[in-house]
Amino acid sequence: MKPMVVAVDVHKHFGSLHALDGISIEVPHGEVLCIIGPSGSGKSTFLRCINQLERIDGGAIWVDGELAGYRRSGESLLPLSDKEIARQRLASGMVFQRFNLFAHLTALQNIIEGPVTVRKRPKAQAVDEAMALLERVGLADKRDAYPSELSGGQQQRVAIARALAMKPKLMLFDEPTSALDPELVGEVLAVIRDLATSGMTMIVVTHELGFAREVSSRVVFMDLGRIIEEGPPQEILVRPEQARTRDFIAAVLS
Amino acid sequence: MDVKVATAGTDDAAHTSPYSIAHLRHVPQRHYGRWLAATLILLAFAAIVKAFAEGQIAWSVVAQFFTVPAILTGLANTVLMTVCAMLLGILLGVLFAVMVMSPNPVLKAVSVFYIWFFRGTPLILQLLIWFNLALVFPTIGIPGLFEARTVDVMTPFVATFLGLGINQGAYTAEVVRASILSVDAGQTEAAKSIGMTRLTALRRIVLPQAMRVIIPPVGNEVISMVKLTSIASVIQYSEILRNAQTIYYANARVIELLIVAAIWYLVVVTVLTIGQHFLEKHFSKGHGERSAQRATAPAAGGA
Repeated sequence: MKPMVVAVDVHKHFGSLHALDGISIEVPHGEVLCIIGPSGSGKSTFLRCINQLERIDGGAIWVDGELAGYRRSGESLLPLSDKEIARQRLASGMVFQRFNLFAHLTALQNIIEGPVTVRKRPKAQAVDEAMALLERVGLADKRDAYPSELSGGQQQRVAIARALAMKPKLMLFDEPTSALDPELVGEVLAVIRDLATSGMTMIVVTHELGFAREVSSRVVFMDLGRIIEEGPPQEILVRPEQARTRDFIAAVLS
Repeated sequence: MDVKVATAGTDDAAHTSPYSIAHLRHVPQRHYGRWLAATLILLAFAAIVKAFAEGQIAWSVVAQFFTVPAILTGLANTVLMTVCAMLLGILLGVLFAVMVMSPNPVLKAVSVFYIWFFRGTPLILQLLIWFNLALVFPTIGIPGLFEARTVDVMTPFVATFLGLGINQGAYTAEVVRASILSVDAGQTEAAKSIGMTRLTALRRIVLPQAMRVIIPPVGNEVISMVKLTSIASVIQYSEILRNAQTIYYANARVIELLIVAAIWYLVVVTVLTIGQHFLEKHFSKGHGERSAQRATAPAAGGA
């Protein structure tokens, strides 16, 4: 079986900043991969490249066996159309640090927007499925609340439900708890943990080392746009080989 | 109680203890200036009312002409033109705002040129050009499909509609562009992440939220448009002001008919203002109180 995500020598520049400097990694089906690293290390950028919110400058990424964002023509790669890219994005669901719930829609409307508008599902069916998802994240009673009426933790749980409603094969989490007040982190991590045990392939960019150790099957440490070290959580988080990894973990834990 | 107030002040204050005055009654501040200003303004207002009441205005003529067919037709034409020109303006405004933000340099350049040209020339000049288009192009049409004499096509209505609508579009485009920029980029990213194309995201997610920002300035422009239609009297479009003028050329009741027109403008604008209030309420959905969860990077809570 092909891996869910394959990245080969991926490069990304922002002006003079070399945000991704040759990232290569394979993520098999069902893996829960945590990416850790200092801010500016490129971990969020890499995640955004996987679902093409950023276009890569070099290398290639395959998601679910499809070359992301490009079509091969002889010896060159031609960029895909907006429509093709939108279709490819359906393979992955994304959860953002700042939630990004649609501010003019209620919790329920946020969740059914994708299934109804993009997937063209009948509305009644989309509502039924959305209610099941709200139930799953423990917010069935908030179906008619607007995002501004929800706490950060509740907004993030609705955002996870919104991503799941599209039935993605891969879930991407971009620091899902970094914008939350400390007492709200637990409820969001519980939902992600539940999802991890259900066999969903997940890539989680996080600063929650305890969570990474508990749920991930593999941890990647990134710095300055490169993968410095990767391995099982017990090794990377407890006995890292690289000095930079050790320094980072010590700094986070202190 | 030997606590002394140690600040310089009146003799009295300097020798009182804070404890001895704490029980005194608090008196509201007196606003003598406000009373004086209000009195003067009321007096001036009364004088103006008196002047108009005693002036050479036949109020009975105002009442008599308030609902004559020519005035009501003019009113209907004014409202019709406001609606049509504003719809064209909003349509063009959205179109050119999207074009100016497009990654395609040609679309962008066309849009920039449009805004530059129509904001840069006086409206009355644009109206005259449209109305006199026959001087440049005696006939217009699509070759092979249809062709017509320009003077037949460019009626006062069509010329006014194009002039006002296209000019309005240039202003509305800027309002729409600003309102689109006011919607957080995260909204577009989230829309893309659930598989929407750029244009679907714009239509379903960004524009509905931009409406909240668009409505106050566009409401303002609708109200301007009601009054701007009066410019069309120069190219013989029979809106309310032109019809009022036609009547007073005949009966010489100039001020009376201008007052009739003024009252009708105020009526229309008042109705629109009320409508704007309800529209604003409708589009402010989800923007009650903001529960801002600011980023407080927690240091590995679970570790």
